[in-house]
Amino acid sequence: MTAVAHDPHRPTQTHAEVTRDVLETLKTPSRGYYLALFGAIGAFLVGLITFVLLLKDGLGLAGYKPPVMWNVYITTFVFWIGIGHAGTLISAILFLFRSPWRTVVYRSTEAMTVFAVMTAALFPIIHIGRQWVFYWLLPYPNQRFLWPNFKSPLLWDVFAITTYFTVSTTFLIVGLIPDVAAVRDKLSGWRKTIYKMLSVGWTGANSQWRHYSRGYLYLAALATPLVLSVHSVVSWDFAMSVVPGWHGTIFAPYFVAGAIYSGIGMVLTLLIPLRKALKLEHMLTDYHFDNLGKLTLLTGSILFYAYAMEYFIAWYSANPFEQTTFWRRAFGPLWWAGWTMIICNAGVSQLLWFKKIRTNLTAMFLISIFINLGMWFERFVIISSSLSNDYLPYAWANARVSWADWGILLGSFGWFLMFFLLFARTFPVVAIQEVKEMIPYPRRRGSGGGTGGGH
Amino acid sequence: MFFRRKPEPGVLASFVHLDDAASAIRGLQARGIRDLTVYTAAPNHEIEEILDEPVSWVRLFTLVGGLVGVTSGFAVTIWTSLDWPLLVGGKPIAAIPPYVVIAFELTILYGALSTVAGMFFLSLKKSLRNRPYHPSFTDDRIGVFAPCPPDQTQSVKDLFLQAGSEEVTVHAS
Repeated sequence: MTAVAHDPHRPTQTHAEVTRDVLETLKTPSRGYYLALFGAIGAFLVGLITFVLLLKDGLGLAGYKPPVMWNVYITTFVFWIGIGHAGTLISAILFLFRSPWRTVVYRSTEAMTVFAVMTAALFPIIHIGRQWVFYWLLPYPNQRFLWPNFKSPLLWDVFAITTYFTVSTTFLIVGLIPDVAAVRDKLSGWRKTIYKMLSVGWTGANSQWRHYSRGYLYLAALATPLVLSVHSVVSWDFAMSVVPGWHGTIFAPYFVAGAIYSGIGMVLTLLIPLRKALKLEHMLTDYHFDNLGKLTLLTGSILFYAYAMEYFIAWYSANPFEQTTFWRRAFGPLWWAGWTMIICNAGVSQLLWFKKIRTNLTAMFLISIFINLGMWFERFVIISSSLSNDYLPYAWANARVSWADWGILLGSFGWFLMFFLLFARTFPVVAIQEVKEMIPYPRRRGSGGGTGGGH
Repeated sequence: MFFRRKPEPGVLASFVHLDDAASAIRGLQARGIRDLTVYTAAPNHEIEEILDEPVSWVRLFTLVGGLVGVTSGFAVTIWTSLDWPLLVGGKPIAAIPPYVVIAFELTILYGALSTVAGMFFLSLKKSLRNRPYHPSFTDDRIGVFAPCPPDQTQSVKDLFLQAGSEEVTVHAS
């Protein structure tokens, strides 16, 4: 094999160029940015108005009717929680694996995680009906000294999501401190004052790096089992019940793989336009998208296996309820949703065996849209089809999806994108400090490479 | 800031090249000046090796936070179950397997929050010393500050210049 001319792991810029290029992304935004931001705010307002109407008239507005009392809101809740998982995978798990390609992409994916969990956390509150008493979920005794039921998976979920939101926000903020200091040192005026406060006295002194590097490592080590637990707990919201189609031991790994798959889909949907809008083409290269593509292929293939296994278990169990549920998923009234899920997830992901596709950004963007669509439908199929065909055929009824469902769904995308766009213009979307760690300091004597850099 | 101490006397040098900074640090250590501050834009293993500092005690904060989390997770779930015992289907009133989830989540939550608290707490003492700093250190320069009494400043300055520093400033108290 011939020697590789340039190591794709290592950025080509100098330290000063990294600061300069990332600072460029914080300058006056383009018209396209404002259009996207106002579009997002508009979508959020649609969701907000729908929510006010739900408060006024109740959940009947969203088509809630027995037996389907969980539908689009819980579907969208699971969808957004799943989106967050890719961010933590890239920022924490790949950090522990010392994977070099994560460096450039992890900040934006981590921000995506925080905003996705913020979006997801709205849905249980929207869904509970009497939203103004949501705090009953928290473990405090009411006037009769009753406590929440800690044996309920729904309460596990409260703990899992609260922890996930707190830890991923902490992880994002801690990672931002050295970068905010780097921005502070290049600015002047009122912006400098704000960044100075946000950088909490960071100077990059050895006494700070010593504790920071260790602390960051432990945060990553804590976030890793957390991310695997969160979607497992979400899956147990379903799997702990005895509803056909939900009661499966495969649910936890199946949901975690699906979550990461959907998250990477959203990472691609966001990063491909962002790369162009912020002129980051020289930093976010084919190399990064190739690796994201491989990760999508891996998790998509695990999903493929899980889908096949669900059908196999339904057949092999000889349980008529299970068999009926899965037969109806493929050939019942929701067949279109069932096949959308299988084609978009199990099918489309297999295109990523080809490097030409993994490095073609138009193809990757289109695939990412299919992934988002497929993963939303996966949750819709799991929730809606199982609830509409329970053990008692006389009670079967299909879910009704109303305008109030779509209004809230649209609003959730607006809410998420609004925060993401504001973040992208306020804070460095590429981790300055970690990219610099990959670039060795110049040396007066010797080759100038190798030992001075990061890992 | 109001709790900042008065500036520490000493010499601050700025380096472009890592090997120059490394040789300056070694030179200072040979002279017995040990309490140095080295500024870099990213953590650098070569400088860490030369400074040879002990491993951070942040790990203790993580451990204590995690232990508090797991204990409080089991304590709150078991105690609240026993506080209002409801026997359902002959199942145990305080059931450990479902409580593992709560205890696990609280282990992570408290462990992470105490890690961050530890990072701030441990960095605070040295960060408040008010040692001189230059904005180029978060960009592409390596900064080395050597605290020293006024009678040694000239020799420390010479050492920095000989090592290849591009800029040396003397800070009197």
